[in-house]
Amino acid sequence: METGSPAETGVAGDEPVWRGLPPGLLRMRRLLLVVWAGVLALLAGVLPGLLAGPAWAACALLPAALAAWGWRLLGRNWGSWRYAERADDLLISRGVLWREETVVPYGRMQLVEVTSGPVERYFGLASVQLHTAAAATDAAIPGLDPAEAERLRDRLTELGGARSAGL
Amino acid sequence: MTTPAGPGELPGPGPGGAPARPPVAERRLHPVTPFRRAWAPVTVLAGWAVHDPNAAQEQLTRLTGTMLLLALSVLVPAAGLYGFLSWWFTHFAVTDAELRIRTGLLFRRTAHIRLERVQAVDVTRPLLARVAGVAKLRIDVVGAEKKDELAFLGEREARALRAELLARAAGFAPETAHAVGEAPARELMRVPPRELALSLVLTGTTWGALCAAAVVPPVLWLATHSVWTVLATGLPLLGAAAARSAGRFVTEYDWSVAESPDGLRIDHGLLDRTHETVPPGRVQSVRIVEPLLWRRLGWVRVELDVAGSDNSVLVPVAPRAVAESVLARVLPGVTVPARTSRPPRRAGRCVPVWWRGQGLAVTGAVFAARRGLLRRRLALVPHAKVQSVRLTQGPWQRLWRLADVHVDTGAGKTVTARLRDAEEAARLLYAQADRSRTGRGDARPDRWMA
Repeated sequence: METGSPAETGVAGDEPVWRGLPPGLLRMRRLLLVVWAGVLALLAGVLPGLLAGPAWAACALLPAALAAWGWRLLGRNWGSWRYAERADDLLISRGVLWREETVVPYGRMQLVEVTSGPVERYFGLASVQLHTAAAATDAAIPGLDPAEAERLRDRLTELGGARSAGL
Repeated sequence: MTTPAGPGELPGPGPGGAPARPPVAERRLHPVTPFRRAWAPVTVLAGWAVHDPNAAQEQLTRLTGTMLLLALSVLVPAAGLYGFLSWWFTHFAVTDAELRIRTGLLFRRTAHIRLERVQAVDVTRPLLARVAGVAKLRIDVVGAEKKDELAFLGEREARALRAELLARAAGFAPETAHAVGEAPARELMRVPPRELALSLVLTGTTWGALCAAAVVPPVLWLATHSVWTVLATGLPLLGAAAARSAGRFVTEYDWSVAESPDGLRIDHGLLDRTHETVPPGRVQSVRIVEPLLWRRLGWVRVELDVAGSDNSVLVPVAPRAVAESVLARVLPGVTVPARTSRPPRRAGRCVPVWWRGQGLAVTGAVFAARRGLLRRRLALVPHAKVQSVRLTQGPWQRLWRLADVHVDTGAGKTVTARLRDAEEAARLLYAQADRSRTGRGDARPDRWMA
């Protein structure tokens, strides 16, 4: 399976093995972007074109330009997501401009959730969300392969049970 | 109020069916409880009259005395009946592992609170309840709601129940838990009223509220010449100032912290007496706050976070040495780091003057982050209480190679070490995750006497 950012760290030792997200999420987000931008561009082109004169139909270029920018943004954001399972904790790293890296020890997990909305299901995607006793813990991995999401869920609950510690 | 049934009565043949297992002795609350509901409409009316005197006066002139009496004579018995019925249908029972509360007249509600998950036990005695000789008992667990409290119990019964609950939660055998009784307590500190009053006088917020109350009404008077506007803004301002200073004095009066095998005991209050017992190992994080005006006297305030508990103060005011000795009992093996390391100088490009107030120290037992320049706050999190660690970095911080490290605790609080050097922060992230894992290994069990 192709991954977003292949393991950049070639260093051996206890360096984590990073995994990226499958391309399905990027495909879904880009498709949604194109669809919405297309609708907007149509509106922005047709309405002023009819009301104010054909030259105003150029307004349609604005959504198109935004979509092109968004296309790139989505790609970079998708590429920035990665996660790693270490012996005792899960690492999640994400964000391009605002970077965030989260470490959640397995023993602290209270609940592991796998969710999949209708659109996500159509694209064959699922998200894994981890909850700890701290509400601020914001550990979610979107756009995983359902099989991978389930594998991750089972592994996390298994490890969480083995290393469990309460509050 | 009459008491139609004794406290030891068996559960009636309710529609839910009788319990099949060996019957658990269910008990009712103290028979004074219904009165609490009976006074509710009167207090609501009084509260409304105080809150909005304008409209209250208008309404009162329209109502005649007889109508008012008539309304009250309907409302009070109705509320009394509701109070009586809700008391009649509320039962609680202590089993080997749980406290069960069964309540509800129309909507039945059963709460089973697991005793090994107890974070703290509160016994509060509001002024009127003290007169009547009753008390409220509340068990703090994560996710417990306001209505999960036992209000009211007889004072002696509340104390016995607290001792029994703590003994069971501690892991004493169920047969002996009843007889263990209250664990002996040793007083660690007590705040003298003079010190408390002086500390409140030296608090900036008190003066801020007083100044606002002194300045705003005259200005409004000059601007509008309307008495009601002045009163409507001046009274709440004065009220806020009073609540800030006098209210805090009343709640924090006679604050004492004691230590017992059951954990920490915190007692306080002038009119409403409050008692809290925090079993060992329940404190998630501690903050030492040092307001600017207290610094000359060397006084500090210590706040603590326990998951599910409302109280957040451990020591309202004390000399630093005393506060640290209390802290050493609360978090065994923890010493307050004397020095914290500042962020690198270039952090000034991100947060201009205030970067100097930031600091971080990591010892073998705690993660300590300092912030604030005038009002200094040092937050301590034992490694064993860390739920997750996060590193965040915005674009401007990236430019200056800086990053923030957040440590999340179970009480919903996050302690942040801001503006660390990016490489140091990355190392800190992994090191902290390791430390919290190993720190958890030698944490005490939930049942602390087991």
